[in-house]
Amino acid sequence: MKRRRAATLVPYFLSAPALLLFLAVMIVPLIMTALLSFYDWGQYKGIVPEFTLKNWREMIADDYFLEVYVRTLRISLLVTLFSALIGVPEAYILNRMSPRWRPLCLLIVLGPLLISVVARTLGWALLLGSTGFLNQALVSLGLLSEPVGFMFTETGVVIALTHVLAPFMLLAVWAALQRLDGKVEQAAFSLGASQFSVIRKVVLPQIIPGILSGSVIVFALAASAFATPAIIGGRRLKVASTLAYDEFLNTLNWPLGAAVAVLLLVALVAIIVGCNRLIERRFAQVFE
Amino acid sequence: MAHLVLDKLSKAFGNQQAVSELDLTVAKGEFVSLLGPSGCGKTTTLQMIAGFVEPTSGAVTLDGADLLAKPPSKRGLGIVFQSYALFPHMTVAENVGFGLEMRGLGRAERDSRITEALTLVGLASFGERYPRRMSGGQQQRVALARALVIRPPVLLLDEPLSNLDAKLREGMQAELRAIQRTTGTTTILVTHDQSEAMALSDRIVVMNQGRIEQIAAPEQAYASPASAFVAGFLGKTNRLDGECTDQRISVAGAAFAAPAGTASGPVTVSVRPERIAFGPASPAAIPGRVATRVFQGAHWLFEIETAQGAVSVIRQNTGEGVPGEGDNVHLHAASQDLLVTERRP
Repeated sequence: MKRRRAATLVPYFLSAPALLLFLAVMIVPLIMTALLSFYDWGQYKGIVPEFTLKNWREMIADDYFLEVYVRTLRISLLVTLFSALIGVPEAYILNRMSPRWRPLCLLIVLGPLLISVVARTLGWALLLGSTGFLNQALVSLGLLSEPVGFMFTETGVVIALTHVLAPFMLLAVWAALQRLDGKVEQAAFSLGASQFSVIRKVVLPQIIPGILSGSVIVFALAASAFATPAIIGGRRLKVASTLAYDEFLNTLNWPLGAAVAVLLLVALVAIIVGCNRLIERRFAQVFE
Repeated sequence: MAHLVLDKLSKAFGNQQAVSELDLTVAKGEFVSLLGPSGCGKTTTLQMIAGFVEPTSGAVTLDGADLLAKPPSKRGLGIVFQSYALFPHMTVAENVGFGLEMRGLGRAERDSRITEALTLVGLASFGERYPRRMSGGQQQRVALARALVIRPPVLLLDEPLSNLDAKLREGMQAELRAIQRTTGTTTILVTHDQSEAMALSDRIVVMNQGRIEQIAAPEQAYASPASAFVAGFLGKTNRLDGECTDQRISVAGAAFAAPAGTASGPVTVSVRPERIAFGPASPAAIPGRVATRVFQGAHWLFEIETAQGAVSVIRQNTGEGVPGEGDNVHLHAASQDLLVTERRP
């Protein structure tokens, strides 16, 4: 009896170090941030550890916050959409490539992830600026009469974020493609399907779980991205993460910044959990 | 009546000759097996007929029309893959209906043909199931129904039964044969399992290293194999090294007249275990000693120790006495049951 009880405790002992680490570096700071969002703050008195709903009330009352969150959501959705449009065909082509060229092409595709976020984003700033390469090229080709401001716009942020996040979509879809039996495509061809029908009716439906899990990753990373919107979006085009940063480090209103960050976290968790539920319910019978 | 004709069909992968100058004529409604060890080129041949592998040279014609000029999707052949290759995201009915949908058939006709095909394979009530929820044997039948529902002129089967367990496999063999008889579809089966090939086919094509060793009816190929390879691959056989001198063959202490036309020199004598009998001592009989004796119900299995190594012998259980382990015996075989081939020293 005693031994049996000891045996049931063993898994807890074994996972205790990891659990403690998680508790120390993730759960505790998160709880502290959540608590901080209920503290009071004043220009001259600083942070006052008194329970108040002032920060939350301010976020709900002020349309400025709503605008920032809607913008964050819009950018994240567009980045997810474009990453899928680019990443899915890319994964399909890479998967069919001869083994000789595949590693090289994979390296090129995963390239953005290997470059420091600052160097990559400043590179985009050089390309997207009003005197940047992209504008000059479009103007001299006669496609534009005058330079378009990509910098400090949502378009610019979406382009730069899609560039770095599309590889995550590619990896998720590729994993799904590799679980496909190649003979299934041959079977479809033998039954008279065209290449287009094979992709639309046989390949795509089978990799939808991969696309959806890739979308969750891309969406979460886009919504919480900081450096890219900070540099490309600049000081005026705020998203949730840059807003929280400003409240913390410029206004020094830590409680309000904490409230912004906590709301972002809660919204992300809600969206991702909801999506996962949807995927599981929709595909449970087909894929297990 | 030539239906499907392979004419000098060859395929090389780099320097590797997978299939060389394969000639085969299949009649309408015939069941032909391509049999051989792995790497003999049988699957490559099937893939060339299906259109998934481009031949290096040669031709394939169906009713006189060039098949190689068409892409796989226009050949209209039914294919059953070893892995079944069912569409996991579709129900059984949707799987079977896929080929009909691609042919632009209307809903009503599609449904009646799906029901017909599923009834043929005994899965009439399984239409709404998903493949993952079915056993291997059931998935196999779905794959067969999906291939047959388009009424293909030729059905190609790529090791269709090798993923099933032994008992299920025997049942499926009988069923496959019955379905093929019912539909009258010309069928080409690729297999490495000689008993499967013999049980199912009208003719067997024994392949080795990209070449045809023999094309014959199963019983003919078994009774008179064209080469030592065929003898060894089709069923069990004993191979004994011997010597031919002056039209006499001496092997393991026995000597008998050589078949006409046997050149002097080293030879291999092949003989089936069930064609060896025990008898009295004679110059033409191989002396030996019973090493093991295993009772198998319908027959006895013997391993006989001879001067040339172990020889296996199968005797029907006729109720008469048989030699026991350790007994000295003499092995007899009729001259028409011996296959004598030249052996390179």
